[in-house]
Amino acid sequence: MIITCPHCGPRDLAEFSYFGDATATRPDPSSTDQDAWNAYVYDRENPAGEHREYWQHSGGCRGFVIVTRNTLTHEISDIRLASGTQARRKRK
Amino acid sequence: MAEYSAWQVLKNAVTGNAGWRPAWRKPEPKPSYDVVIVGGGGHGLATAYYLAANHGFTNVAVCEKGWLGSGNIGRNTTIVRSNYLLEGNTPFYEHSMKLWENLSHELNYNVMFSQRGIINLCHTPAQMDEAARRGNAMRLFGVDARMVMPDELAKRVPGLDLSQNARFPVLGGLEQPRAGTARHDAVAWGYARAADRRGVDILENCEVIGFLRDGDRVTGVKTTRGEIRARKVAVCVAGSTGRVMKLAGIDRLPIESHVLQAFVSESLKPMIDTVVTFGGGHLYISQSDKGGLVFGGDIDGYNSYAQRGNLPIVEDVMSEVVALFPAAAKVRLLRSWGGIMDMTMDGSPIITTGPLPGMYLNCGWCYGGFKATPASGWCFAHTIARNEPHPLSAAFTLDRFHRGHVIDEKGQGSFPWRH
Repeated sequence: MIITCPHCGPRDLAEFSYFGDATATRPDPSSTDQDAWNAYVYDRENPAGEHREYWQHSGGCRGFVIVTRNTLTHEISDIRLASGTQARRKRK
Repeated sequence: MAEYSAWQVLKNAVTGNAGWRPAWRKPEPKPSYDVVIVGGGGHGLATAYYLAANHGFTNVAVCEKGWLGSGNIGRNTTIVRSNYLLEGNTPFYEHSMKLWENLSHELNYNVMFSQRGIINLCHTPAQMDEAARRGNAMRLFGVDARMVMPDELAKRVPGLDLSQNARFPVLGGLEQPRAGTARHDAVAWGYARAADRRGVDILENCEVIGFLRDGDRVTGVKTTRGEIRARKVAVCVAGSTGRVMKLAGIDRLPIESHVLQAFVSESLKPMIDTVVTFGGGHLYISQSDKGGLVFGGDIDGYNSYAQRGNLPIVEDVMSEVVALFPAAAKVRLLRSWGGIMDMTMDGSPIITTGPLPGMYLNCGWCYGGFKATPASGWCFAHTIARNEPHPLSAAFTLDRFHRGHVIDEKGQGSFPWRH
């Protein structure tokens, strides 16, 4: 699998570390809703198909990217920098 | 159907082997059953067998989307052990070990169970302390365990690199002498035959494509061979749990699917007569009765439903084999394969009633499902028959994540790709 880092270009999978599902959104830090926190920590959609996930280019620029990858074929359809993505989502 | 015996082998030997019959029937699905089990792998077939043998349920069907042995029961490294640490785990896996010890006899089918022992190697004083603690915990639960030192290892595992030049010099190891291996296909075939003989219908090429519902209650399954109604529906589909549960409207579970690769080398003369695990990395290796080295390492580490992996892990595992057994560097690899593991957030399995009324769920075996096959079937059958967890699997219910009672054997928290 080749992942194209927006900073460094196409690099081997071995340079990257996986950081899991990028669709899970952290509840408001002041929230005391235990179910919401449990769901955030433990429950996953686990799709067979397109999956949005965090990777770090830990063997390169150390930047975090959000990769959209098909879990059935390993095909990557989109890669973007993770920075700012959370903030953009909040503004909506 | 005939019992397998020495007399049958002799009789068939002189009559051109014409007397053997198929080990299980190929029945047409009936319109309804007491219990429908989704998934004809080791756990599904064991569940069907123990439902019939222990609880008197004989009006049972097992729906398998492919052929028996095509899923994870045929995609593992055949290791059987019960060297666990925690209270929720040890009695369960030890019960499994005791069932393994009598399985060939009970099923009248040779599962080639071989108690060749498992040795977990240690490379630091801290690992030696941890191994001693684990060994003591096992013995307190009535499980066998002993420490082995390098001089004994030199005799027991001749090819092992015990020199001080090794990247991770070996200080010793923890052995469970009663652990070993079993023939994985024979386990599926043996349970299938034994369940079939008690009246269980095994429906191959019968994929479940939906669930019949009456309000919230699950009342049966839609399959590629028609609708089947059932009083109880038990889902037992390992790596496909996410996909099958979505058909029932359960979108989110504490599970991620990951691929685990395993490997077999060309056949060699006997060189490893036990199971060895490498504590400096993550490798488990044994030699099959045909002579191939059978080994595996870590999961690839990211969500996957593809039954194939990627090359970095192949390289990683090979380097570990060569680190342990330098002579293996010249051995050619025969084949590799990937199985899909339903990794849970704490690395422990789920055997539970629900999550919908009329439904029962058995999943989340990460990559340790094979050794658990007998006890998993035993406890899941109890859960289905009595609508309550078996005492041995009471800690494995689905709600443990939300109650805060996770069983985190590796202490790595809610990161399934690290278990």
